Amino acid sequence: MSNGEKPKGKLALYWAASCGGCEIAVLAIDEKILDVAAAFDIVMWPCAADGKVRDIERMPDGSIDVCLFNGGIRTSEQEYMAQLMRRKSKVLVSFGSCATEGCIPGLSNMNTRQEVFDTVYKEGSSTAPVNPQDVRPQPETKVPEGTLHLPIFYDTLKTLDQTVDVDYYLPGCPPEAENIWKAIVAILEGKLPPKGSVIGMNTTVCDECKRKRNEKKIKKFYRTWQIIPDEETCLLEQGLLCCGIATRAGCGALCPQVNSPCIGCHGGNDGVADYGARLLSGVASVIDSGDPDEIDRIISEGIPDPVGSFYRFSLAGSQLRRKKKSKC
Amino acid sequence: MSNETFEPKIVGFLCNWCSYRAADLAGSARIKYAPNVRIIRLMCSGRVDPTFVVKALADGADGVMIAGCHPGECHYIEQNYKAMRRFHLLKQTLTALGVEPDRVQLVWASAAEGQRLAEAIDKLVADIKRLGPLRWPSNWDEDGGRLKALEEIVKEHEEAMEVPA
Repeated sequence: MSNGEKPKGKLALYWAASCGGCEIAVLAIDEKILDVAAAFDIVMWPCAADGKVRDIERMPDGSIDVCLFNGGIRTSEQEYMAQLMRRKSKVLVSFGSCATEGCIPGLSNMNTRQEVFDTVYKEGSSTAPVNPQDVRPQPETKVPEGTLHLPIFYDTLKTLDQTVDVDYYLPGCPPEAENIWKAIVAILEGKLPPKGSVIGMNTTVCDECKRKRNEKKIKKFYRTWQIIPDEETCLLEQGLLCCGIATRAGCGALCPQVNSPCIGCHGGNDGVADYGARLLSGVASVIDSGDPDEIDRIISEGIPDPVGSFYRFSLAGSQLRRKKKSKC
Repeated sequence: MSNETFEPKIVGFLCNWCSYRAADLAGSARIKYAPNVRIIRLMCSGRVDPTFVVKALADGADGVMIAGCHPGECHYIEQNYKAMRRFHLLKQTLTALGVEPDRVQLVWASAAEGQRLAEAIDKLVADIKRLGPLRWPSNWDEDGGRLKALEEIVKEHEEAMEVPA
């Protein structure tokens, strides 16, 4: 691939349980997409190019050079596609937060399939009135012509690497254009890090944040709508739950720059087994109290949804992966 | 869920300076207490990364004990206060994830309090016996249809592929 005279490589993009933003983010590399098109035949890119699953299935194993796979694994169809893309690709990149850590779709691991379906088909303000018979998707439906199948919807959303072997990770929700381009260049030049690496920086957002930092002591946490923070001082010191202290750098501290706390979309740095646990460890240690009751009060008043705050992007990829199911 | 044969597996993170010595004292004083806690000695309760606790639970522990010096008596001045704050935040997080609050307990025991530590261990074991096994990884199981659904997809696609390329 390093030699421009060689035949073009094959590039695939695929999406599973995601919002589609990752696929659009690839287009944010602007005119450089032409360089990508010059180096690769794009064999699959649901959002931007034609490409049929059947054609992929017909390819010999390992014939796609690089597959950028975004989205978590939520249904049997997505699991099948993850296995297929793994088999057909030399390099499989877990692209973006959903594939890597579960991201926002992974937060539905706080519920079961039954609860998700209840919300969507029974209680939804737009769906319930048109579904008085409480019709729900069935994996099998018999019709005169035969049996129709729908994919199974899982109780627990899995990350890509909980499903198949993954070569590289690209963090972010979505990955920033600059980092996508860096990864593509690394692939083109054959200068990839060891297998299993995250293609990105290995320090925290605080290192990229220009705000002034002093000693952190927090008596009260505020939610973002409760205060207008000053634009100079560290947001965490002002009582906003800024996740920068535990979050992998690489974004240039985009959110703190615009007076909004980091929400942690890049996940943890290398060696962090559980992003949320690391973040809550750091946040808890700056609570300015030694009294158990006061500590409990500060937490419950300021952080009413600890899972949503600490595991917003990483619940599915965390050690516990989901909320305990009621019967098990 | 609890039954008489259930012996909980509990991971205990004990600080070197107080609680681990309390456990030593309980041993040399021949105090009897439940054998369910697997003790890991750390230099300080402030060393207990919440990751250790969630990893223990995710890997199959039924409960976790964190033990350190009494507040104000930390060998490292005030790190047990950090342990306390982390414990409270972790506990609220675990509760939201459906882990019963009694499964993870924080205990203060000085080097002279072998009896106190032994009683705390007995209480923790009794609490967890009452709650029953945690078996966290079973939360990730999907019900039966998954493999069959995957096979159906492969079959349908193979049929569609019969036309030669």
